[in-house]
Amino acid sequence: MFVLIVGAGRVGSAVAKSALAAGHEVSVLDQDPLSHERLDAGQSKTWEDANGQFTVGTALETDALIQAGIERADVFIGSTAGDNTNLIIAQIAQKRFGVERVFVRIMDPARADWYGEQGLHTISPTKHAIEMFERALEPELA
Amino acid sequence: MYAIIVGAGKVGRNLARELIIKGHEVSLIESSRSCYLAIEEEFEHAAQYGDATELWVLERAGIQRADLVVAVTGDDEDNMLVCQVAKEKYLCERIIARVNNPRNHDHFRLLGIQPAVSATDLILRLIEHEVPRYGMVHLLALEEERLEIIELEVTAEAPTVGERVNDIALPDGSLIISVLRGGIGFVPKADTVIEAGDEVLLVLDTGLEEALTAYFAPNGHTAEA
Repeated sequence: MFVLIVGAGRVGSAVAKSALAAGHEVSVLDQDPLSHERLDAGQSKTWEDANGQFTVGTALETDALIQAGIERADVFIGSTAGDNTNLIIAQIAQKRFGVERVFVRIMDPARADWYGEQGLHTISPTKHAIEMFERALEPELA
Repeated sequence: MYAIIVGAGKVGRNLARELIIKGHEVSLIESSRSCYLAIEEEFEHAAQYGDATELWVLERAGIQRADLVVAVTGDDEDNMLVCQVAKEKYLCERIIARVNNPRNHDHFRLLGIQPAVSATDLILRLIEHEVPRYGMVHLLALEEERLEIIELEVTAEAPTVGERVNDIALPDGSLIISVLRGGIGFVPKADTVIEAGDEVLLVLDTGLEEALTAYFAPNGHTAEA
């Protein structure tokens, strides 16, 4: 499978590495050239030697998305630092490029819910954190 | 009318002022603390602090009863998302978005955010209007309705010069709605004769521009005044 990941922060780069290790073709797009280091960290080979793809560019620029291979992506992952950027590029991937499986990180739980109902696979770390806190606090507050 | 304006920059503030003067109810939402404090003095309760891309901020502003949502922040992503949520989640009938970077226009279109207003495009259009080098000026384009209004300056070699409006067989889906002659505009009658140097305003289905240019400005240049 061809996996395109936009945003190589802690989450994006870790998911990229595990997808590559699982034998998939992985392309990463990030506006910061230095984020490439995260892809190499802790690996025996460099990202490119391991057959990873890396493109420097802004996610909203259609050309950058095309260069990163969005036209043949089976899976799209939006994991930039911004909810709003993730929501827009995920919809571009889905509606313009017809990517079948689109996953997107949304910090804001309310919008994660609503956009989830609209057909995006949203993942909200904030929601998980709230649930985990609540669970951890349960015995304390009982 | 109740209007929610998102983004209290120059555009947002002036828009809010004008609408309030016209007697409308306005909420002006601003996400930068310092900018909010600056507008609060003038707009009082109409000014609201918050990030309007968050649903609760829009709900607090009463999005459910808003007749109009205008997103004019300096961030295209914010403008798109505010309008998308207003239209699709809260079923607001009228939205207007500002496009900061003309290259993002496609994204607004893709998400169904119309009208999307780009100052750059507007100024470009005005320049075309002032300097009608291209012979044709787009005055209005209703993309969803697939309807346009264009202006053509009639050249001396145009086949329609000397013809009565009634005798000009324009393509289906187009109509002459006005003629400007000597600085005066009028609605043509069936027996109005088209002259070189006239500016004709046409309403047309999208895609007929080329065909119509052949009728009024066949060589693409305007007549010398």
